[in-house]
Amino acid sequence: MTQILFIEHDGSEHAVEAENGLSLMQAAVNNGVPGIDADCGGECSCATCHIIVAEEWYDKVGEPSTSEGSMLELTPERAPTSRLACQIEIRGELDGLVARLPEFQM
Amino acid sequence: MGALADNKPRMIDLDPSQVPLAQIDVSQAELYENDAHWPFFARLRAEAPVHYCADSTFGPYWSVTRFNDIVEVEKNHEIFSSEPNILLSDQPEDFELQSFIAMDPPRHERERGAVQGVVAPMNLKALEPVIRERVQLILDDLPLGETFDWVDRVSIELTTQMLATLFDFPFEDRRKLTHWSDIAIATPELTGSFKITEEQRRIELGECIETFAALWQERADRPPTNDLISMLAHAEGTRDLITRPMDFLGTLILLIVGGNDTTRNSISGGVVALNQFPAEYEKLRDNPSLIPNMVSEMIRWQTPIVHMRRRATRDTELGGQRIGKDEKVVMWYISGNRDAEVIRDPNNLIIDREGARHHLSFGFGIHRCMGNRVAEMQLRLTWEEIMRRFRYVELVGKPVRLCSNFIRGYSELPVRLHPLN
Repeated sequence: MTQILFIEHDGSEHAVEAENGLSLMQAAVNNGVPGIDADCGGECSCATCHIIVAEEWYDKVGEPSTSEGSMLELTPERAPTSRLACQIEIRGELDGLVARLPEFQM
Repeated sequence: MGALADNKPRMIDLDPSQVPLAQIDVSQAELYENDAHWPFFARLRAEAPVHYCADSTFGPYWSVTRFNDIVEVEKNHEIFSSEPNILLSDQPEDFELQSFIAMDPPRHERERGAVQGVVAPMNLKALEPVIRERVQLILDDLPLGETFDWVDRVSIELTTQMLATLFDFPFEDRRKLTHWSDIAIATPELTGSFKITEEQRRIELGECIETFAALWQERADRPPTNDLISMLAHAEGTRDLITRPMDFLGTLILLIVGGNDTTRNSISGGVVALNQFPAEYEKLRDNPSLIPNMVSEMIRWQTPIVHMRRRATRDTELGGQRIGKDEKVVMWYISGNRDAEVIRDPNNLIIDREGARHHLSFGFGIHRCMGNRVAEMQLRLTWEEIMRRFRYVELVGKPVRLCSNFIRGYSELPVRLHPLN
């Protein structure tokens, strides 16, 4: 199990114990973290599971793929460490990851 | 009504369970006018989910009818291009409107990026009280206990007011927006509709372009404001739009149709749906907090945009079928949203449906509906205010449906209102 901390835009924190191999989006949805809509169900095609990775974690999480990048283009709150949660696979080295939620999903 | 533009076999005269697969042509607008398309799509999903129609009014085309295959096409915009047009039809060569919905990257991002801010969720917060007040005024003005047309008095009025606000369009002239929206894609050649001829269409759209050109000049000369025209006139990617009339008009029509026909018909469709599923209406009366979820479900159930078209940029394969370069590939959202493999009891409106947001009505991928949150907000506010006033919006006659293979909607919905007590 890997611990992920989701922080809502208003500062509310949700610490989630997630199974490795799941996507960050699934972990959030399974644990009822508000603010992750995931309309497309994890297909990298709706940009409603947008998160902003805490800077110190960004290197470990990595850059978005080209197709993810073009979906992120659609969100007005895109930040330099923006990612789509459905495209991040949870693994041991992400234990303690901090992910901030935008104010709104696209 | 309903004669085809040419002498093709008419689908509404055929038995959908018997007609040879190869003859099925779901592009015929009268199928939608008569709400008769469902069994044809059910058959295609079951027997030929990626289906070739060799002969139609709009030429040969592939139909993609299952939910997951549609998502596949949406995601692969390099193989399935949005150029030159997202309607099944081709535009007349001497009058070809251009807009970012029918562009591939990188031009698409540049032009969409110029305007998407106006409907970004953060701007909507400021708009919410304004819209709620307008909804209240519209609803308070409706007669009790007598029959009237819901489409005209509520669905059109509401969405048109909203659109006038987003454009900062002269409020008293707002029905012009409705009119342009209605006629922009309402020719037999474009969508199978018979509302207007191509010649009339060009004359009317000429007026549209003149009106907007004047507004554009006025906004371009002033510092930027937070409305669509000003944003387009000032953004780097679009400030020269006015020098390209077909791009200018195309972009306007996209924003007008996108902000108008879609929400309008979902507002109407919700009334139809709740009348058809009275137990769901009862659920709603017992628990109005279901409204946000119900809104997504209504948008799925109605599916106001019937299809979007792509063009294969190379030979490819989809659902076991070989699709050739340059062939038309049509995603039938209306069908994918009723795919039982993905959506349980898809023909039923279930207002507390789990995963109601997982529907195709907004499309997926880089062309996903830009105004989805405005649409949801308008529908949510409308139903919240309806439930505070009326026990029952009763459908008292047959809905009159649009003859179009692109917009699934209603031109008339006779209703009668019953007060709360």
